[in-house]
Amino acid sequence: MLPDPNSLAGPLDPAPEAGWSEAPPRMGFFTDTSVCIGCKACEVACKEWNDVPASGLDLLGMSYDNTGALTANSWRHVAFIEQPRPAGHRTPPFAGNPTDGTTSPSSAAVGATTANPVGTEPGVPPGSPEAAARMAAGPEFLGMPGAQPPGRATGPESRSDFRWLMMSDVCKHCTHAACLDVCPTGSLFRTEFGTVVVQEDICNGCGYCISACPYGVIDRRKDDGRAWKCTLCYDRIGVGKTPACAQACPTESIQYGPLEELRERAAARVATLHERGVPEARLYGHDPADGVGGDGAFFLLLDEPEVYGLPPDPVVTTRDLPKMWKRAGLAALAVAAAAVAAFVGGSS
Amino acid sequence: MAEAHPVGFQWVMEAKRRGAKVFHVDPRFTRTSALADTYLPIRAGTDIALLGGVVRYILENGLDFREYVLSYTNAATIVSEEFVDTEEGDGLFSGFNEETGAYDQTSWQYAGQEGNSGSMDTSAERDTAAGLRHESHGAPIPGQVLRDESLQHPRCVYQILKRHYARYTPEMVERVCGIPQEKFLELARAWTENSGRERTGALVYSVGWTQHSVGVQYIRTGAIIQTLLGNIGRPGGGVMALRGHASIQGSTDIPTLFNLLPGYLPMPHHAKHPTFDMWAESIHHPGQKGFWGNARAYCASLLKAYWGDAATPENDFCYGYMPRMTGDHGTYQQVLNMIEGKVKGYFLLGQNPAVGSAHGRAQRLGMANLDWLVVRDLFMIESATFWRNGPEVETGEIAPERCRTEVFFLPAASHVEKEGTFTQTQRMLQWREKAVEPPGDARSELWFFYHLGRKLREKLAGSDKPRDRALLDLAWDYPTQGPLAEPSAEAVLREINGFDVASGRPLGGFTEARADGSTAVGCWIYSGVYADGVNQAARRKSRHEQNWVAGEWGWAWPSNRRTLYNRASADPDGRPWSERKKYVWWDEEKGEWTGYDVPDFEKTKPPSYRPEPGTSGPAGIAGDDPFVMQADGKAWLYAPSGVVDGPLPTHYEPAESPVRNLLYRQQANPSRKVYPDAINSVNPSPPEDQWRIFPYVFTVSRLTEHHTAGGMSRMVRPLAELQPEMFVEVSPELAAEVGLTHLGWAHLVTGRAVIEAKVLVTDRLTPLRVEGRVIHQVWLPYHFGYEGLVTGDSANDLIGITLDPNVLIQESKVGTCDVRPGRRPTGPALRAMVEDYQRRAFMSPDRHAPVVTPPDPGASDAS
Repeated sequence: MLPDPNSLAGPLDPAPEAGWSEAPPRMGFFTDTSVCIGCKACEVACKEWNDVPASGLDLLGMSYDNTGALTANSWRHVAFIEQPRPAGHRTPPFAGNPTDGTTSPSSAAVGATTANPVGTEPGVPPGSPEAAARMAAGPEFLGMPGAQPPGRATGPESRSDFRWLMMSDVCKHCTHAACLDVCPTGSLFRTEFGTVVVQEDICNGCGYCISACPYGVIDRRKDDGRAWKCTLCYDRIGVGKTPACAQACPTESIQYGPLEELRERAAARVATLHERGVPEARLYGHDPADGVGGDGAFFLLLDEPEVYGLPPDPVVTTRDLPKMWKRAGLAALAVAAAAVAAFVGGSS
Repeated sequence: MAEAHPVGFQWVMEAKRRGAKVFHVDPRFTRTSALADTYLPIRAGTDIALLGGVVRYILENGLDFREYVLSYTNAATIVSEEFVDTEEGDGLFSGFNEETGAYDQTSWQYAGQEGNSGSMDTSAERDTAAGLRHESHGAPIPGQVLRDESLQHPRCVYQILKRHYARYTPEMVERVCGIPQEKFLELARAWTENSGRERTGALVYSVGWTQHSVGVQYIRTGAIIQTLLGNIGRPGGGVMALRGHASIQGSTDIPTLFNLLPGYLPMPHHAKHPTFDMWAESIHHPGQKGFWGNARAYCASLLKAYWGDAATPENDFCYGYMPRMTGDHGTYQQVLNMIEGKVKGYFLLGQNPAVGSAHGRAQRLGMANLDWLVVRDLFMIESATFWRNGPEVETGEIAPERCRTEVFFLPAASHVEKEGTFTQTQRMLQWREKAVEPPGDARSELWFFYHLGRKLREKLAGSDKPRDRALLDLAWDYPTQGPLAEPSAEAVLREINGFDVASGRPLGGFTEARADGSTAVGCWIYSGVYADGVNQAARRKSRHEQNWVAGEWGWAWPSNRRTLYNRASADPDGRPWSERKKYVWWDEEKGEWTGYDVPDFEKTKPPSYRPEPGTSGPAGIAGDDPFVMQADGKAWLYAPSGVVDGPLPTHYEPAESPVRNLLYRQQANPSRKVYPDAINSVNPSPPEDQWRIFPYVFTVSRLTEHHTAGGMSRMVRPLAELQPEMFVEVSPELAAEVGLTHLGWAHLVTGRAVIEAKVLVTDRLTPLRVEGRVIHQVWLPYHFGYEGLVTGDSANDLIGITLDPNVLIQESKVGTCDVRPGRRPTGPALRAMVEDYQRRAFMSPDRHAPVVTPPDPGASDAS
């Protein structure tokens, strides 16, 4: 079979491309954050089923998020963002209450300086206060958290709007997975369902995949040095079961199924939300024409991706390799030509 | 609901998906608020003012479902002219006895019935939480009442209701609850617009609502609204209680309470029920209408189940063996008795009072003064280690080497390691299978009690002492199975269902129970769960293979009805109120009630049926009286008896509040149950000026990540790491006022304790404007204790013991405190700090705030 012209970028069905004959339909997750209630059942179910070790017992102060990030020891991560912004057409929660300005950006900034060093290498590092504050305030936020303790910061006279965003993040199972491209041992592989899985028994802990991931998902464990991440419950879906997180989700915020079907469902959901006065609803990672060829796990978000800690425009880090090799080749040719020319010139 | 009941919340999300509007009322913005359409922050403990405002809104604007209200409620019934409302009594109804702090209900009765019903002295009922028995049937009242169908009579319930709530205006709601009028009106409009023939609305509460000194009246107010709007007995309506854990409903149906027996039969009282006849008749009330005329059969069949062959009509079915109540044996009275040394031993089964009950210090000091304590739990919880690791060890109040309590810790099997039923809030029993054998020495409760009983009987075998007969005569012959000799849970369920003694045939339902000793029934309301010898609770028919009510999934009491009083889903003539809300209706052709659910009505009694005057029992209920367990077949907007603290809900401030009651002179519920004990100091409230020592309101509840007192979550790593530390949520405004920083420490002080917590400063908490003042509220999770993977001070240590008078539940959802930055003192300095606050607040062991608020001297000077 000829390699697909899109084998490094662009729309592609990854399982046949990886050599699976008669591959089943590509399977994935659609995570609808508009119905997420932040219960973290996904985090717990994932840890229980996959026997994922503990990820630390630290109060991070980032709203109700004490997991911090996706790491080798947290394959689902529920982000909580407190924002002084209106939610759809809802009545402002604190309208008429004797409030002062918002504290969400300042609290988030303080929370971002806490770390969760247990379990993973390098662990959940202390974040950037500025970035955290920006997230909590939303993308229009222009100011910086002041030196004042929370509650004393200057801001709007009083807060009345408020919303609490929750989002269960997970490995995106990219169409073009850089982690897989750079893996020297073949530990990372493409499954027949189009998902990306680490075979821990042949991972040598080189860590190339970590810098290759455009989302910062895959991570190494401190104790064994190997790379770990969501397998989309390869052992479950292979026998026709739903992945543990989706099975546990009480509100169907996490939906599992054939990717094509999920994309249709997601488009319909966005349309419904737009009709109901939630214009900020948008999809993320659904587009096969994006920088990673679309995600196997995509999302419905209620704000800019940055607010959830997601890159706004992820690009598979290996996309430019051919071009780079081409340039390197050209450069080598040029050097060679110059050298030849020098000899030729020298002899003249 | 999303916070504490995430799995149940999926159905709210489903309703939202179909266009339902969700309102959420809570002191703090929770995960539920995040998904609600409108969130109303409220001052903790003021819900009757809010709901009373809705009642007024309905009545003033004539928005009640008039046909439903006229036919199905007691709105038209005329009340005695002796009745005096709180509006005239400055917060007290007529009949209040200042000495006992309790009511004589005589004047609350319907006109012409004054001497016939109601309790002359509700203080005895309060001691035994007698109101609980009305969970399966209403309080007695005489059958024949005077009615004014025009609802114009000044003493008809409708007019009394209107006058009672006349002052609960939107302005008053704003002043009392801190809810802006616009928001209140949005709620009232949505609620009323979504009720009526075509639409219904649901009221959902979690049990935190009950944990108030007026808890029962909170729910009464909700029920009044739902009744006025025609939202009871109809699909999509109802008042739904979300229980705190699995099978809480089951643990009142087959109770773990001191005052009830299975099926809400009252525990015999030594003075009120000296004989079997008096006990049975106190339930049956000869001459009363309604469905509890068969009480004698339930009583006899229960005793027959207990004592088998030994129970005969001649010996009153061994009634003499039954223990008797002598007064208040509730959990808080017991704890105070333990401290006084009156209680010797204590069983704790899946309960962790050292963390989970109000006034943790009293709980621990009580347990430290026992001879023996048995703790059966999954983990070594705080209630098993208080003598070694409790905070009182550090303060010097408990010395491990001298603590006299002998603690027996017995590992328990978890719910996946044993079979049995859970009864959820819809009264539905669902059978669960055993997935794995319990590890090591862990055993089920069924195993423990069966074999404990067996061994006790073996030890007593041959005894000729009369006191041992009750144990030796028990029918204690459950078959056991497997290597652990586990008693058969199905055999127990079969006994609960009841059977014909002669043939052993399982009964088909409670109507087959007999009073002559020919049947034995373990819990009459569960009768039918083993009908035809089939475990009906184990039914798992898919909802796609049956109608949407899904009556073949599990089994619900009574008689597998999924919605109680569903006769009310049809109009008085038996026709559905609307096609959209069709549920149960009268089939004229077949001459019977039919529908999607099991009709909650005598199957062939036509809508036109009218009883002869004076008819008692079920035959006394007319064909258009859907509330068949009420003595008059009507839903009670006004409760002439059955509720000991008033026939109508009235706003009282919590026992601890920084706000004067703006509606009445009476500050707090005048008949609340108080324990003026030295250890149980209550923070002062207005009009006492010392309320300023404790200026902030605190409330406690749950986090999704943890379960109750933490015994099942703080010990489990994947859960513990999700909420790893005790914290307090404060608004940015309070943080600024007190000087708290995000992720810094704070400590909170009440008259009972001082605890510390990490600070989360969050926009989710808001100050409220109440009567021109700014009131700050803080919120704490109550999950933390000193054992487990994650530990922290216990929020329940802050709380004192003041109880609702109807059911003796503690007021643990609201109190006052001081909030200070930094960590709390340790060692003896900790108690010294509490004592300093007590001294400054004039709280001494012999001084307790008056239950009845005295006239304001300032007011009398001015007049």
